Amino acid sequence: MNNIKKYKKIFIETFNAKENEVCQLTYQSTPEWDSVGHMNLITALEENFDLMFETDDIVDFNSYEKGIEILRKNGIEI
Amino acid sequence: MESRYNLLTNKVVLITGCNRGIGKAILKKFAENGAIIYASARQSGILDVIAEELSNKYTTKIIPVYFDVRDSNAIKEVALKINKEFKRLDCIVNNAGVMEDALIGMATERNMQDTFAVNVFAVINIIQYAAKIMKKQQSGSIINISSIVGVNGNAGQIVYSASKGAVISLTKSAAKELAPYNIRVNAISPGMIDTDMFRSIGETRVNERIQKIGMKRMGSPEEIADAALFLASDLSKYISGQLIGVDGVTII
Repeated sequence: MNNIKKYKKIFIETFNAKENEVCQLTYQSTPEWDSVGHMNLITALEENFDLMFETDDIVDFNSYEKGIEILRKNGIEI
Repeated sequence: MESRYNLLTNKVVLITGCNRGIGKAILKKFAENGAIIYASARQSGILDVIAEELSNKYTTKIIPVYFDVRDSNAIKEVALKINKEFKRLDCIVNNAGVMEDALIGMATERNMQDTFAVNVFAVINIIQYAAKIMKKQQSGSIINISSIVGVNGNAGQIVYSASKGAVISLTKSAAKELAPYNIRVNAISPGMIDTDMFRSIGETRVNERIQKIGMKRMGSPEEIADAALFLASDLSKYISGQLIGVDGVTII
């Protein structure tokens, strides 16, 4: 599975989202993506991509798109 | 006095501020009990000898890590190193601390910033990174070293006591937030302990303060280490969000 598929799958599973909606998701745009859901997303991403986000990255991670940018900053090819 | 109960065999632990006093006593006690320890200090090389001695004596692994606890990038690097090398972290002891007394009217901005950077903000940062590893394994024990003055306050210690009071409240908040992951968070509040830091107040004041201790003696760093050993071990597996006073009944 390539990284973008892996990334998308984590979003779908964490937020119980539909595949065609996932790219538009932003923080708190869905009840599942609240602060607790956010930390679950971060934990899943750290585990699957074997990295540790800095606190500022976790705070800035406010959308599906922004998350890709932050993963790239952390050396993930996506 | 040695107390080899093997309570921490193969547990991976990070202890900050291991070069002297309470941190050094905790390092020795945990090594005696079989822990694999990342021992931290700020001054590079200062733990190399003791780490080798303890590793050989107790047939375990003591790994010195040198960083300033105020450096959040360094904390992240240490967390990554532990995660890479052992894929787990069973316990952290947030012991590194600074104490600078100041009467009201003489507490400088620098004193406030430095004290809170080391005694409070660093503790929060370390908990944040440690919790990432502990959440994955669904277990862990976080031990924060507070102080009796964080509970009762003390004249001449408005800044230090505030920082140690903050350690107690952050301990209780972290315990609530991390309980669902089976991560325990507790604090120890030492009373008057015979360390360089405590003796820095001068002999006259040390003797005055001993009179306020019910047991009429200072505590030893080893007695704090005993409490830390209990909190790190599975003997305390249902205890979280608590503050254990180790003070020989001290009245402040």
